[in-house]
Amino acid sequence: MEITEKLVYYVAELAHLRMDEAHVAQAAEDLSKMIGYVDKLQELDTDSVPPTSHANARANVFREDEERESMPREDALANAPQSKDGCYAVPRTVE
Amino acid sequence: MELFDLTALELGERIRAREIGVEEATRACLSRIEAQEGTLHAFITVTAEAALRRAREVQRGIDDGTYTHPLAGVPMAIKDLISTRGVETTCASRMLKGYVPTYDATVVRKLDAIGAVCLGKTNMDEFAMGSSTESSAFGVTRNPWDASRVPGGSSGGSAAAVAAREVFYALGSDTGGSIRQPASFCGVTGVKPTYGAVSRYGLIAYASSLDQIGPIAIDARDAAAVTRLLAGIDPLDATSVDAPPPAMPEGDDLSGLRVGVPRECFADGLNGEVRARVLAVGDALQALGATLVPVELPMLPYAIPAYYVLACAEASSNLSRYDGLRYGFHPEGIEDLHEYYLTARSEGFGAEVKRRILLGAFALSSGYYDAYYDKAQRVRTLIARDFARCFEQADVLLTPAAPTTAYPLGAHADDPISMYLGDIYTVSINLAGLPGMSLPCGFDGDGLPVGAQLIGPAFGESRLFAAAHAYQTHTDFHRRRPPEAGAAKGAKANGEL
Repeated sequence: MEITEKLVYYVAELAHLRMDEAHVAQAAEDLSKMIGYVDKLQELDTDSVPPTSHANARANVFREDEERESMPREDALANAPQSKDGCYAVPRTVE
Repeated sequence: MELFDLTALELGERIRAREIGVEEATRACLSRIEAQEGTLHAFITVTAEAALRRAREVQRGIDDGTYTHPLAGVPMAIKDLISTRGVETTCASRMLKGYVPTYDATVVRKLDAIGAVCLGKTNMDEFAMGSSTESSAFGVTRNPWDASRVPGGSSGGSAAAVAAREVFYALGSDTGGSIRQPASFCGVTGVKPTYGAVSRYGLIAYASSLDQIGPIAIDARDAAAVTRLLAGIDPLDATSVDAPPPAMPEGDDLSGLRVGVPRECFADGLNGEVRARVLAVGDALQALGATLVPVELPMLPYAIPAYYVLACAEASSNLSRYDGLRYGFHPEGIEDLHEYYLTARSEGFGAEVKRRILLGAFALSSGYYDAYYDKAQRVRTLIARDFARCFEQADVLLTPAAPTTAYPLGAHADDPISMYLGDIYTVSINLAGLPGMSLPCGFDGDGLPVGAQLIGPAFGESRLFAAAHAYQTHTDFHRRRPPEAGAAKGAKANGEL
């Protein structure tokens, strides 16, 4: 299938990656090559084949609903670029 | 026998017999690291001081009977995507430079509990996305057998460190071949355990339905000992499975073992010298009592396309957590949240990682999901069925680990897909969730190691170890090691004892 620059901008937006005029042509070419390659899958008729998401999927792995220790707050914040009052400090999202 | 001619278990035995001190072994490894790292760059972080402190602590524990495990006191290394409390864990990415985990991966806790001595964190392809360790943000690792060549990847640092005997074993991770292919390129023994055999808790995720942690070791017995240590169900990983640990291999009698040889794995695209060496493994196994059985894997040509769709889709989802706000790379002085995300992710990730995130986001996007992601999941089912049929006729399968030996640095720089094709024999094992193992089986005309792959049914690791150990009892390829790096190329072919 044809990969347009418009599609590349759209996918980059979904992935929160910056895309600009200087890079979009190359990205379209890269993506086009990779999709051209994986299009080989379309040769197979899989209508009656169920999908596999995990090789040995275990369903409903539960534990007892009991209190237990969690990561201390200072550990959780230890790698944060900015924290304030025991919370992550982030750019303003609401005016 | 010189210290560095020992395997990890042999060293462990001498340590427990008080013939070699833990600190002595640790210092010897640190000296080799110091001497070779200028050329090899197998490590991102060497924790020399902590390792020496740990060595003294473990020696006391051995002396007072706290540590009795066969690998107690043996120096080892950990791939830099496995979380180590208090030790920087980068994933070879600018995105995680400076990130210091506040908890240990389950496998690290297990290593600590038996008195392992970790010397540092090994280099890799960024976020484990690559087959050559060239996409590391911190520089390439070189192959100890020929410094102009790649060590393979993504666990290239772990494989190079073991091949160069900077450590006696190392942990790697394998999503599509990232333990087995570098083990093959570096002439060491690597194991990708069955999906669910080893806890992934604390393993920084690439593609969660495919990732497994496993050992890179000197021989099959070392690999078995490490796998036994790592394996087991973990309440912190809901995909881990309660299965008995694999057995330590003993003896060389392979009577009754049916070795399947998939026709498709010896067809076009396979280097002739690799083909000859791997087929010779089949002959050697037969001489030990095994029977060779022709089998078929007709879905093989679809494995790499299915893998890249699924692995990239999972990666695009897993790597969405890197927002620059809680840990890792963060831009300065940006007030707008969206702009902050874009800058953190665009400057933090390298080119190959972004390429795969874009493909994955595409495959999962509305309008393309059915044609790509869902389609690849259905093909995954067909690939698993191929293996199920093979294991009706055979107990293990024999294939090459990779179609070539180690290639020169930069060989695939302009064409990522040509590098992906090198994963042809390994990716389908991850898709089917099976155990796979790469073992050294000779050298090509340039003195570069060749690796054979053994594949087992789910939780059939014991069979792989038994076959590999029997083979290694009668060959010495796994005992060969390259001259100390900087120096010249390695041994020539003809390694049977």
